[in-house]
Amino acid sequence: MVDNPDLSALLPTLRALCGEDGVIAEEAQRRTYDADGLTHHSAVPGAVVLPTTAEQVAEVVRLCAEHGVPFVPRGSGTGLSGGAMPHPEGVLIVTSRMRRILRVDIDNQYAVVEPGVFNLDVTRAAAPHGHYYAPDPSSQQVCSVGGNIAENSGGAHCLKYGFTVNHVLGMQVVTPDGSIVELGGTAAEQPGYDLMGAFIGSEGTLGIATRITVRLLPAPEKVRTLLAAFPSMDAGGSAVSAIIAAGVLPAAIEMMDALAIEAAEAAVHCDYPPGAGAVLIVELDGPASEVDAQFDAVTELCREAGAFEIRTASDAAERARVWKGRKSAFAAVGRISPAYIVQDGVVPRTALPEVLRGIAELSATTGIRVANVFHAGDGNLHPLVLFDHADSAAAERAAEVSGAILDLCIEHGGSITGEHGVGVDKACHMPRMFSPADLAAMERLRRAFDPAGLANPEKLLPTPRLCGERPGVRTEEHPLVASGEAELF
Amino acid sequence: MSETARAPAAIETVASKLAAHGIHARPGEERAGDAVSGVVPSLVATPADTAGVESAMALANRHGLAVVARGNGSKIDWGAPPRRLDMTVATTALTGITHASGDLVARVGAGTPLAQLQEELATAGQRLSVDTVIAGSTVGGVVATGLSGPRRLLHGSVRDLVIGMTVVGADAVATSSGGAVVKNVAGYDLAKLHTGALGTLGVITSVTFRLHPIAPALRLVRATTSDPAAARAWVWDMARSPAVASAVELDWPAGGALHLYVLLEGTVAGVEARAAAVAASLRGGAAEPDTRADLPAGWGAAPGEDGDTLLRVSCPIAATVDTALALRSAGEAVGVPVAVRGSAGAGVLLASVPARTAAADVATIVTRVRTELAEGSVTVARPAAAVRGSGLDLWGEVAGLELMRAVKDSFDPGHHLAPGRFVGGI
Repeated sequence: MVDNPDLSALLPTLRALCGEDGVIAEEAQRRTYDADGLTHHSAVPGAVVLPTTAEQVAEVVRLCAEHGVPFVPRGSGTGLSGGAMPHPEGVLIVTSRMRRILRVDIDNQYAVVEPGVFNLDVTRAAAPHGHYYAPDPSSQQVCSVGGNIAENSGGAHCLKYGFTVNHVLGMQVVTPDGSIVELGGTAAEQPGYDLMGAFIGSEGTLGIATRITVRLLPAPEKVRTLLAAFPSMDAGGSAVSAIIAAGVLPAAIEMMDALAIEAAEAAVHCDYPPGAGAVLIVELDGPASEVDAQFDAVTELCREAGAFEIRTASDAAERARVWKGRKSAFAAVGRISPAYIVQDGVVPRTALPEVLRGIAELSATTGIRVANVFHAGDGNLHPLVLFDHADSAAAERAAEVSGAILDLCIEHGGSITGEHGVGVDKACHMPRMFSPADLAAMERLRRAFDPAGLANPEKLLPTPRLCGERPGVRTEEHPLVASGEAELF
Repeated sequence: MSETARAPAAIETVASKLAAHGIHARPGEERAGDAVSGVVPSLVATPADTAGVESAMALANRHGLAVVARGNGSKIDWGAPPRRLDMTVATTALTGITHASGDLVARVGAGTPLAQLQEELATAGQRLSVDTVIAGSTVGGVVATGLSGPRRLLHGSVRDLVIGMTVVGADAVATSSGGAVVKNVAGYDLAKLHTGALGTLGVITSVTFRLHPIAPALRLVRATTSDPAAARAWVWDMARSPAVASAVELDWPAGGALHLYVLLEGTVAGVEARAAAVAASLRGGAAEPDTRADLPAGWGAAPGEDGDTLLRVSCPIAATVDTALALRSAGEAVGVPVAVRGSAGAGVLLASVPARTAAADVATIVTRVRTELAEGSVTVARPAAAVRGSGLDLWGEVAGLELMRAVKDSFDPGHHLAPGRFVGGI
């Protein structure tokens, strides 16, 4: 049972609020919630509640506030920065039973959903009306819209369509004092501060979204995807620069290096062109006349940059084949390495060649292999740092390489995270990117929402206790990946 | 309503210290256009850089001065009159553009005129996808009012295009959030709070934007009708059209017919085909739709004249035409011509009420449309001089107001930044 006496005393009230099946107190069951997608940061939650309504969420949070008990919100638990890592003395509030799509209003092009609704289910609900929900993180089959709010999730297509924050019209949130507050609405503008804009991406530190109104877009008339194989990363990189310089804004531009291709080949037999030093996937969508004109231009630019093979996909099945290797790349490196760290950094696109050379140098000097998979269009790198976790020296070197890659990103004017979030994993990296004054300003926002400091404490902003630890490593497959339900991005 | 300004002695002290810091400052004067919604500051300081803004704010902080930030002053009469005003901090000297064209990003000093930014970006075939709504605006002014024009439909409003910001807070310390890359989720996105906040949380000194390439060609299709039902159908069609318009703009001048403008941008061959398809679907109007290959003068500009009351209205997109109709009808009911213009596709409209209109009539119009609007908001973005201090609630119901007050108290505990200019007296 719950070890913390304060929490034990709350259990009857929690059960009265959420029902017997809405509270998990037994330790073995609590343990199943001990981590999100970043499994090396773990803690068994003091108690787990699974509310079904906003009122229940509010009551639970109010109870926590009254008793000074920390709480941590959790959606599907697919996050990759430990943002939903539980607090051992706190309550984990899981939104997975709040999974209703409340309304699809096609006339006004929005949907109203509960926070536990899977991202892809929004698109599924809108598809019969010829619409879709644009943010598409790779875990979209199982990640929740509430989690997307917390992380401001993007996806491969955010180059053109932006992030979650660009697609939310309104939210009902429970603030850390247990109040239910409406932010935004069903119209594009609302008077007052853009609290919704600040809330999205706040990683559960400002409260819990309990109802979300998302914009729906009409499905594009045409989608075309091409895969181009280049002899080297430099050649692939120059194709990306040429495409951007030509004024083309693809829906996605993705790139993989030889090691990532090797891994994908071993895992899913994606049959990418043999001998490629780099593979580029470019997806164009929009009006047919524009897509066709741009597709020809992109094909030509790839050839000029040295592509030795170009494949095109024009229907959904062919497109899925092109994307197969890319989407499986993260999990696939497990085939060529016993353990790996998934890094997430951003650099200005023009700095990509230099940063990739820097990563190659790091790899050469340390003997740690790094596979590169990235969203080339927006400079978002996902280096996969490979090592054998049985070798503790190698593990340490890998962690150093991973950290050094973030340093490279910061040196080149980039960011320590493009989409995975800060969470617990990168809180201690924040001072490398922001000054103490910058962080103090962020703290001001946090205190305005949460003066008692109970909402997802020790996440996002650095704390002295937390920052004695170094960023860790990933040694095992996430259960959702293992079961084929999700692909890591 | 104005609270007592600081004693002349404090103002004199600050003026002499500003001079000692090498910061240009002069007494505020009504005839020099210094009034902020009718309230004249004792001092107008024009720092040369962010450090200068920090110094000016430090002096204001030490001497308890109330401060309003301004750019060119093109929207200085927006919002409510400040309760107190001692010093205006003008950002006009904070100019400069660092354009990373290969990254489609630019860092811009807040005092840079938007038009100048667009000119410079255009030399590299790029633009900030924000149209000029009020002529003469600086970048800082556009961001502080969160004002976006027609192309917000495709590219989002100005808040969606800001990727980084530097602000001098009430504590006189410059802080930055975001960064120089479009994809970035490190830390809180504080720029969202400052966008549209009318300077009540800090003085914006520089903004980093995401840019877009200027397309090789454009077509602007215009259809005209006096039948709201036809306009409603057009807006509905355009919201679903595979043509992907950059803008679907409604222009309904007082006493005239409704024009719907559909802007298509892309390749030469592409826009031609899309414009033809759009023109074909905009049937049933007063005449055949016409198509041009450039933008008319005044594209995206707010309706009406300087000095008119300007209402800012947002509604669900299917309600746009009816909302525009409600605005005009509310005006007609009190004999006042109301002109409406804005993004029908995004559900964001501006409506002008002539400057000479009695405050009571403006209040009647606003109240009536608020009542008729089932969802959305009607705010009085720019009250005409006659409306100021009339007791008209400029904002209407504001969801989350208590949290907004908490944010204000946290960022500006002494309420020295534009006190009273924003929602709920913030």
